[in-house]
Amino acid sequence: MHLLTEPWPWYVSGPIIGLFVPALLIVGNRMFGVSSSLRHICAATAPRGVDFFRYEWRRIGAWNIMFLVGIFIGGVVAAQFFAGAGQVALSDAARETIAGFGVTEVTGLIPAQLLSWQTLTTWRGAVMLVGGGLLVGFGASWAGGCTSGHAISGLADRQLPSLIATLGFFAGGLTSAWIIVPMLLGR
Amino acid sequence: MTAEPKGPISFRAALVIYLVLGVLFGIALTMSEALSWYRIQEMFRFQAFHMYGIIGSAIATAAAGLVVLRRFGIRSLEGDAIKVPPKVLGAGTRYWAGGTVFGLGWGLVGACPGPLVALIGFGHTIILVPFLAAIAGTWTYGKLRPHLPH
Repeated sequence: MHLLTEPWPWYVSGPIIGLFVPALLIVGNRMFGVSSSLRHICAATAPRGVDFFRYEWRRIGAWNIMFLVGIFIGGVVAAQFFAGAGQVALSDAARETIAGFGVTEVTGLIPAQLLSWQTLTTWRGAVMLVGGGLLVGFGASWAGGCTSGHAISGLADRQLPSLIATLGFFAGGLTSAWIIVPMLLGR
Repeated sequence: MTAEPKGPISFRAALVIYLVLGVLFGIALTMSEALSWYRIQEMFRFQAFHMYGIIGSAIATAAAGLVVLRRFGIRSLEGDAIKVPPKVLGAGTRYWAGGTVFGLGWGLVGACPGPLVALIGFGHTIILVPFLAAIAGTWTYGKLRPHLPH
């Protein structure tokens, strides 16, 4: 298997992703989680007298921001140097479902026919891009974590709140995938 | 900023390590395909094992890592004792309600916060829109927080 030229199978990528939990604890007793950085960005740029954003974001959140910048660079690096990046070995069943939504070109990492600057001005595109983003940010902050903080870190530490949050993630995701997306795409 | 480093590395040196770890995480997200809208739809429709395999093996690996760290009482490089703070359950409302709201968004835009950023780096500039929307969503939560159940 070639890590540079082929997408990684789950049994390679999953354990690698899991290792970020002990790695961040070893470096500085930091709990792996991405969504806190959204809060720190708000605290750094527009606290506007909101209590939730009034704290020492540099001391608490500088590490999250650095990690986030790193993720961005990681995407750039993968695009430039990893020939295997950007192809998705999607199952036939999923291809069929997505074709039913009118997505005929299953290329790249995201469907250009649904998520692009062209579709942003359509109501479907706006709901998925702007609505989806708003819900992700609002929900992650309310729940106190996202996939990394709750579903991976929290479940690995067997924390009940994280289990409840993860069940919520799935309840919401199933609703979107089975009801909202099909309604939105008119099939 | 902490003036005197307590451990072998300073606050600033640790920041460089967090940046490097972030780069590795961004690469892992991209190469695992976990940042793909297609993969998220496929997961929620139970059409492949891929995403369940990633999340499941990530949890198992992280759990094993925590066991090792605790058994050997390892201190962090910044000098603190390693401890994972327990999340406060309270009424639990924030977890199921916030979690469900998050899931609705995840299923729509097909990416959670980390993947959004990796996608922008990969070259999908349109994902700047949901990323900025996620920041706006976070700000809105902060503003409404006193009125929301937790």
